[in-house]
Amino acid sequence: MIAFIITTILCFITYLILTTGSGTVGLWSIEEILLGLILSLIAGFVTRNVFIKKDLRMLNPIRWLIFVGYVVGPFFIGMAKANFDVAYRVITGKINPGIVKISPNLKTDLGITLLANSITLTPGTLSVDIDEETNDLYIHWINVKENTLKGDFVDCKYICGSFDKWIRRIAE
Amino acid sequence: MWFDYLIYILLAIGVFFNILGGFGLLRFPDVYTRLHAGTKCTTFGSIFITGSVIILGLKMWYLGSTDGSILAIHTAGALVAILLTNPTGAHAIARAAHKSGVKPVGAVVDSLQTKSLKHNVNKKIIETKKMEEEK
Repeated sequence: MIAFIITTILCFITYLILTTGSGTVGLWSIEEILLGLILSLIAGFVTRNVFIKKDLRMLNPIRWLIFVGYVVGPFFIGMAKANFDVAYRVITGKINPGIVKISPNLKTDLGITLLANSITLTPGTLSVDIDEETNDLYIHWINVKENTLKGDFVDCKYICGSFDKWIRRIAE
Repeated sequence: MWFDYLIYILLAIGVFFNILGGFGLLRFPDVYTRLHAGTKCTTFGSIFITGSVIILGLKMWYLGSTDGSILAIHTAGALVAILLTNPTGAHAIARAAHKSGVKPVGAVVDSLQTKSLKHNVNKKIIETKKMEEEK
């Protein structure tokens, strides 16, 4: 029941954001509000078990604040660095690629998704595949430092930097 | 007035990084390194271009047109969609390429290949066991 309510409210908010400025009740017209309510009730009923699995820990607003801080701070800086790194490699053509394996020890699906997307957008790394039993990630690294290889694995700090700590605070 | 200069500067930065992504696509040797250029540069460039459109919308709103607020909000929605879907799409392409047997050019290590080899061996063992049981 609580999953149904949360999904419906989120759908309704998204609909209201997309139809801003359509009328005179606040920023919306009365037809848009009614239609949005009906549609989000239907969508909430259909997708209630897909959107929220078991835990409700993302309802905590402090986690959302940490998430916004993470996107604006370390993530944006990492992305800027990544672009100058790619620019350097486009101009000089110096690459030393390889696919390595890291084990970030994250347990939730949301955490591993956030980490994989962050890794793709930050310097020299691209997530290729995932081992679904142990949550290990396979990373294409454009400039492999060969002294960091231990068998198949590479220590997480060379690839994720401080991201895994932030994501552990957000999603676990 | 200074709003306009800010918009021009943001547009220039965005276009510069998108051009860089295009050069990367032409210069890198294989699909994985090309994806590096194609995802990072286009996402970062698009952040600046959408940022300039948001500032334009806020300026129109400040000058008294309600269309400006709609423009700004919708562009922010597009930015969120780009940030979510661009790395996910790159991940899907890279995974599909590796599964269909494209090797990274000049690779020093390839851990994923050992994984898929192990997987294939396990599959063959299971299949042979099944065949023997059927016999």
